[in-house]
Amino acid sequence: MGIDIIIMQAFSGLSLFTILLLMALGLAIVFGLMGVINMAHGELMALGAYVTYLVALFFERNLPSLMGIYIFFAIFCAFAATFVFGYVLERSFIRFFYNRPLDTLLATWGLSLVLQQFYRSTFGAQEVSVPLASWLSGAWEPVAGIQLPLNRMFIIGLTMVVGLCVYLMLFKSRWGLRVRAVTQNRPMSAAVGINTDRVDALTFAVGSGLAGIAGSVFTMLGSTNPGTGQLYIVDSFIVVVFGGVSSLLGTALSAFAIAESQTAIEYFATGTVAKVTILLFVIVMLYFRPQGLFAPKVRGA
Amino acid sequence: MLQVNALNVFYGESHTIRDVSLTVGAHEAVAVMGRNGMGKTTLFKAIIGMLPVRSGEIVLDGVALHNQPSYRRVAAGLAFVPQGRMVFPLLTVKENILTGTENNPQREVPAYIYDYFPVLGEMEKRKGGNLSGGQQQMLAIARALVAEPKVLVLDEPTEGIQPSIIKELARTLVALRRDRGISILVSEQVLSFALEVADRFLVIDRGRIVDEKRRDDAGIEDIREFLKV
Repeated sequence: MGIDIIIMQAFSGLSLFTILLLMALGLAIVFGLMGVINMAHGELMALGAYVTYLVALFFERNLPSLMGIYIFFAIFCAFAATFVFGYVLERSFIRFFYNRPLDTLLATWGLSLVLQQFYRSTFGAQEVSVPLASWLSGAWEPVAGIQLPLNRMFIIGLTMVVGLCVYLMLFKSRWGLRVRAVTQNRPMSAAVGINTDRVDALTFAVGSGLAGIAGSVFTMLGSTNPGTGQLYIVDSFIVVVFGGVSSLLGTALSAFAIAESQTAIEYFATGTVAKVTILLFVIVMLYFRPQGLFAPKVRGA
Repeated sequence: MLQVNALNVFYGESHTIRDVSLTVGAHEAVAVMGRNGMGKTTLFKAIIGMLPVRSGEIVLDGVALHNQPSYRRVAAGLAFVPQGRMVFPLLTVKENILTGTENNPQREVPAYIYDYFPVLGEMEKRKGGNLSGGQQQMLAIARALVAEPKVLVLDEPTEGIQPSIIKELARTLVALRRDRGISILVSEQVLSFALEVADRFLVIDRGRIVDEKRRDDAGIEDIREFLKV
């Protein structure tokens, strides 16, 4: 096997990494803050993908001259739509299930079924896909034999930007300070004056918005169908558990490790073997480190 | 200023606080004295809103707070220093203090905080969880102070703190009250500390207020009887 194959495989792993990271970041922040395991997170991703599809349709019909840059509007709309949907969802539904983890699991799973059926009724069971802007088609060939697809380079760049924004929001903004305080001690956060209800709603909305961006990114790699979210939800959970909740770096490294091993093992064996291997590895790891790979350490409070 | 009227609080199934009434006047410092398990922490958690009230009222300057979430009570003018400090272990000292400024979000810690607690200024970038018990206690007080409360509520601030720091703590609380005009409600088992800080002393026994004394009252030392294990 040549070095060119290794590089191209690693690169293909990177694009799986971007989707897993965007999905897992939202899941991890929401789980860390509220203890909510959101089984409908995949359907929020699908929502982002469908919004991207709708925006593409709109541009195709009304503004064909701007088709080259529709993706930027689409990403923004996907984020905005899932953000608002997440906000409403938290206020009208999720918040009634706090401190009831099993009920949350069941309720969000039910919600995911409802959403899948809604997509099926609205968009049909068949796959829909969006046209790729011409500047995103094709590949960059740094040396002969190594081809790096432009669309994948774009989404890697996009994910880096989004990841940086999440980092800045969590560690440099007032909202981030609130989120980190509430994650560490919810009753005490309220007792120092933090409006925990508002933090919950906003954070759930941001987590949903990240899934929406993941959905938008997904449309550049494949076709969307009502079950698209299901493809990534399990892997995203594995990323969160493996990386350790409440560690952004852990989530990123874990998404990287899992995406790259998935792609590598897939190359030598099959997708199923890859999944099984990764699951086994994660189970063994959790036996020795139940808090995940990157649990933060301090002396104690 | 702060009025608690006929408060009843349950901790799980047990009726922990029974018809407790108390007041804290403007610029006044009141100590609630009692042994472990007599209901001090339950009472204070109910006042700040970490435990629900079964019946009774909590009123601050005419505003009823007993049905409000904690953060609204803080906005109304209460600030809480809990038993065991409960600083945010993974936030830096500075971030811990800034969490208290929700009603007037700031990017910097007000300078007077570091005048009272110079050690916090030196440790601004350390994680709260890596501080000693005494330093965490100062941090918890600083975090409560920046909310600019009318009434500072402290639950057993001397617990697990070494004697030299306890003296410093008492001096700081006296200075805070004098300089910043805040009222203090503190729960204690250590009478000597309470005598330095408070003017009025309520004795809590099995969830009821059973005695009340002023600092100059003849029988003030009798409170010790209630503090014996």
